[in-house]
Amino acid sequence: MARYEAVIGLEVHAQLATRSKMFCACASNLKDAPPNTTVCPVCTGHPGTLPTVNAGAVEMAIKVGLALGCKIHARSIFARKNYFYPDLPKGYQISQYESPLCTGGSVKVKTKRTDSEFPLIRIHLEEDAGKLMHDYGHPEKSHVDFNRCGVPLIEIVSGPDMRSPGEAGDYLRTLRNVLVYLGVCEGNLQEGNFRCDANISIRPVGQREFGTRAEMKNLNSFKAVERAVAYEIERQIKVVDGGGKVVQETRLWNDAAGRTESMRSKEEAHDYRYFPDPDLMPLTVDEKWIGRVRATLPELAHAKAMRFTRDYGITEADALIMTEDKRLADYFEETAACGAPPKKAANWIISELLRELKESEEGIAACPIGPEKLAELIGLIEDGTISGKTAKTIFAAMYRGEGVDIRGLIESKNLQQNTDSKIIEKHIDDAIAANPKQLEQYRSGKKAVLGFFVGQIMKATEGTANPELVNELLKRKLK
Amino acid sequence: MRELCKKGLAQLAELLKGRKISSVELTREYLAEIEERDPSINSFVTLCPEAAMEAAKAADARLARGEGATALTGVPIAIKDIFVTKGVRTTCCSRILENYVPPYDGTVVAKLKASGAVMTGKLSMDEFAMGSSNEFSAFGPVKNPWDRSLTPGGSSGGSAAAVAAGLTPVSLGTDTGGSVRQPAAFCGVVGLKPTYGRISRYGIIAFASSLDQVGPMARDVRDCAAMLGAVAGHDELDATTIPAPVPDYAASLTGDVRGKTVGVPREYFVEGIDPEVESAVRAASDVLARLGAKVIDISLPHTRYSLACYYIIAPAEASANLARYDGVRYGHGSRNAKDLDALFSDSRTEGFGPEVALRIVLGTYVLSSGYYDAYYLKARKARTLIKGDFLEAFKECDAIIAPVTPTPPFRLGEKIDDPIRMYLNDIFTIPVNLAGLPGLSMPCGVTKSALPIGMQLIGRPLEEAELLNMAYAYERATEWHTKVPVED
Repeated sequence: MARYEAVIGLEVHAQLATRSKMFCACASNLKDAPPNTTVCPVCTGHPGTLPTVNAGAVEMAIKVGLALGCKIHARSIFARKNYFYPDLPKGYQISQYESPLCTGGSVKVKTKRTDSEFPLIRIHLEEDAGKLMHDYGHPEKSHVDFNRCGVPLIEIVSGPDMRSPGEAGDYLRTLRNVLVYLGVCEGNLQEGNFRCDANISIRPVGQREFGTRAEMKNLNSFKAVERAVAYEIERQIKVVDGGGKVVQETRLWNDAAGRTESMRSKEEAHDYRYFPDPDLMPLTVDEKWIGRVRATLPELAHAKAMRFTRDYGITEADALIMTEDKRLADYFEETAACGAPPKKAANWIISELLRELKESEEGIAACPIGPEKLAELIGLIEDGTISGKTAKTIFAAMYRGEGVDIRGLIESKNLQQNTDSKIIEKHIDDAIAANPKQLEQYRSGKKAVLGFFVGQIMKATEGTANPELVNELLKRKLK
Repeated sequence: MRELCKKGLAQLAELLKGRKISSVELTREYLAEIEERDPSINSFVTLCPEAAMEAAKAADARLARGEGATALTGVPIAIKDIFVTKGVRTTCCSRILENYVPPYDGTVVAKLKASGAVMTGKLSMDEFAMGSSNEFSAFGPVKNPWDRSLTPGGSSGGSAAAVAAGLTPVSLGTDTGGSVRQPAAFCGVVGLKPTYGRISRYGIIAFASSLDQVGPMARDVRDCAAMLGAVAGHDELDATTIPAPVPDYAASLTGDVRGKTVGVPREYFVEGIDPEVESAVRAASDVLARLGAKVIDISLPHTRYSLACYYIIAPAEASANLARYDGVRYGHGSRNAKDLDALFSDSRTEGFGPEVALRIVLGTYVLSSGYYDAYYLKARKARTLIKGDFLEAFKECDAIIAPVTPTPPFRLGEKIDDPIRMYLNDIFTIPVNLAGLPGLSMPCGVTKSALPIGMQLIGRPLEEAELLNMAYAYERATEWHTKVPVED
């Protein structure tokens, strides 16, 4: 294994969350839109139509460039990338080629696993194409949905600096996180608004020249990226070890089969005949504009994590976990703002909430328990109304859709914390009577047996007894 | 010819505003005139009588209210079939768009409609505006009203012929390498290619985006000016339009050229130019001198690269602009294609004519990897030099006078099989497009065989008013614009 080194570069296409498309006024949010309903003569390339640049998309691209430390170019050029395909209405895609909007910069990855920085080559703007539908009506016919035509994308091209599937995955997760933090992309791989192609090659350890690379497409989850990269590295090693040569080609990741498959070779590759689009003036971005965009940059994940440790006194590990997802970090801050002690809120979010989210495979957006509810729940533990254990029961009930009326749930489930010392004393008496042996042990100095009695009483009260009260009364009785 | 059809735009507007005639009446006259006399000229591809009558009624109502009437309200006009018209078949005179009915109006058409103009129909042209003789129309050539055996020029041959024949008082064409000015010269009318970006290209079927420009055509300078004013201006839908105010071109015509300097480029009077053309243009510069302008010799040294430069840039852009005609969404789609590649290639092979196919192949070639630097990039550099020549010259002169074409109108069929000879016909107009400058063509004489000769005035960017005024001065001092084709 150590004889070869993998060289991995990623090309990410991120759909910008603009209201309108890249070059026309059509809505660019296509969710649930029936085929060919968010289209106009411009985005469907009708004769005579011309593109005009969406300043909002340019702004978002600048934002990403600034966040990743890129150079924002005062002058960039839109070019035509020419090829024929039924989902490409104009017969060319407007993209940036020789002079992109942003160059340089890097993605700083800081996780438990790595703390490294991956340089970027460029970020450029382009329009999306439509999509073919093969499962619509007649099985022998294909249809085209042009809704997606003209939706603004940025392509973020990394340098060939990743060396393992894990690094590729970490890079991608961090990049996605940055885009979501910036509010410029929804970052959903399954819905295709965050797409990744991977260029992979191998070379003997110590060699400086790159090997022949293959391009992986169709990677629509983080897991798929890591698996595809791992598979491809192994495949190329086998080819080379078997005396063969890796050919330059495009390969598709078949997730179900767990392997990459050849799609087209270099010989079939397109000559895109790029040239500057004469319908668009060079894109000029002045310092003032960049300054205005810079002023809107939000706090990014790492800065936020550092602030969390500083302002809320939570551990760095906890802060890093919570800032991996901006919405989760927001959730934490809102919970704290609702009065929950930050450390407790962080514990609840990391242990209970994240577990539930993971189990239901949903994002924080789908969480039925709002921050104010979590704060309320924590508050009830704090003031002794319920025990931590009861709170977990309530939390689970709320998460499973039993409603978010916490007090109602406590009552209906009869989970009110028992602070009636007479009842508790009765349970203590029962427990002492039933366990003479343990009583003797305690009295002979084995103070740890106290815990056993507490457990017995909590069990008898189904967890509703106030543990502090139980402790206090027990100690008194056992004297 | 019907009496009303002899009148120009300005006169018609006056009659309409004074309620001496109605737009309905006028439109009916024009439609009858077209029906009667166009068959021998073939300048119209599509007539829209019903829509025209509707528009005429609306214009009459507007005129009756007496408010908001423009120079075009109620006037029947016709436009080149390259302008996209909502609900009206727009073919660009190509088989591939034979049945295309656009879902929208382009900016120029919307402006004409808003000004109250009445569109009678769409005028013939070379397919996708590629050609200099109108013989590349998929619907048959247009004939020159001065002599039916001659070409009207191209690609806006229909637009020029219809104005010359009195089938429309004014028209619109487009000019990529001379397509307004050359047919204007061949048909003895006034045609203007404004500064690149002066008029919106939104809704004009693209040929070569960095060169295409809309151009008004009329029987005299004043009408041409009015037409320009009606359609010029910045457009949010066309990123290449210039955000400069539009002057009242017609109102700014004074006819005074005293103190102006006119340059005569020596590279435009060279071997191969017809002596009758040369002497007519030289005589025209004498007229301007007599009117008080100073005439000087100038040099535009990179002129000789223009043709080569143009035949790289224009086809390159065209090859991309015409890629959208793939048989998938609109226009001709091949029926029998078995796979995707066949659908694309068969649809295009069946739909495009020979000149269009030639230029697409040429354009694809010059953009292909390995050749881009040698051709396209070099052509762009040459273009910069050509533009530089003009800007240099304009330090010394206010306008440039030159021939429009090297020869008077040629015969139909004469050059159709010889692309290079055909291309040479635009040698004096092409540099103006490459430089993005305004250029005007107007009658300045007739040949011994009584065919029109045109001269070209070239101006600084956005100085259409200056150019029109110089043309107006010349027009007032001469009578060439009053000559009209003899009716059969």
